[in-house]
Amino acid sequence: MATALALVFFYAPIDGDQGLSQKIFYIHVPIALTSYACFGWGAAKAFLHLWKRSPGADLESYAAIHQGVIFGALTLVTGSIWARVSWGTWWTWSSNQLVTFLILFLFYSAYFMLRYSVEPGPARANMCAVYALFGVVLIPVSWLSIRLANDFIHPTVFTSNGPQMSGSMFLAFCVAWAGLLTLAGTMYRVELAGKRLDERIRELRELLA
Amino acid sequence: MSTGEKYVAAAYLVVFVAVLAWVAIIASKLSRLERDVDELAELARRKVGSD
Repeated sequence: MATALALVFFYAPIDGDQGLSQKIFYIHVPIALTSYACFGWGAAKAFLHLWKRSPGADLESYAAIHQGVIFGALTLVTGSIWARVSWGTWWTWSSNQLVTFLILFLFYSAYFMLRYSVEPGPARANMCAVYALFGVVLIPVSWLSIRLANDFIHPTVFTSNGPQMSGSMFLAFCVAWAGLLTLAGTMYRVELAGKRLDERIRELRELLA
Repeated sequence: MSTGEKYVAAAYLVVFVAVLAWVAIIASKLSRLERDVDELAELARRKVGSD
């Protein structure tokens, strides 16, 4: 992350069109892509739970979706800040990219309402897995919405012709994304370890009681 | 500080604060787990003593 920050502020050039505010791109877009990756990972684990009944897959799916929601919230906040400085507004309902991402975020936020409204057990694990799998459909919808519709508000940097930026900008972006993926992976593993410890402590308490 | 600089600082600060909050939550969870383990160890000791 430190390398990414150094590259963003001291290596990547200042954008001629947007000026310094374009630096938000290096945190906003990698966070959004990390959020997609977390939701995708959560759905993959949910699929494994339903298909192979892998032990622990339900918990892994939950932890990944939790990380996805954290990164999703950060995507919305950093995006709003960037929108304010670039478009003069915090939010616009006319951008498909913004609205589909908000739907994706709300859909996965509701996952926790479902999870905590059902008693723990196989039924809850199955319901949550099916819900997580449904949500993953929204990821390509969110990604493609801006490309399929004529959205002139939200910029499209990654087109079929490749990334529309200079090499130094792309390098800073890739390093920032790698840093954020590492951060998300670490957070996922720490959260998972905490949840597993919680479960074992509960089992031990029942045994000793 | 220009307006652009303020917004860039705000965006990066939001992420930094969020990560910091997450670390604080995990730290408090870790200390709770530590207390739980201590409690269980005490329970186990008592159980062994009574057997």
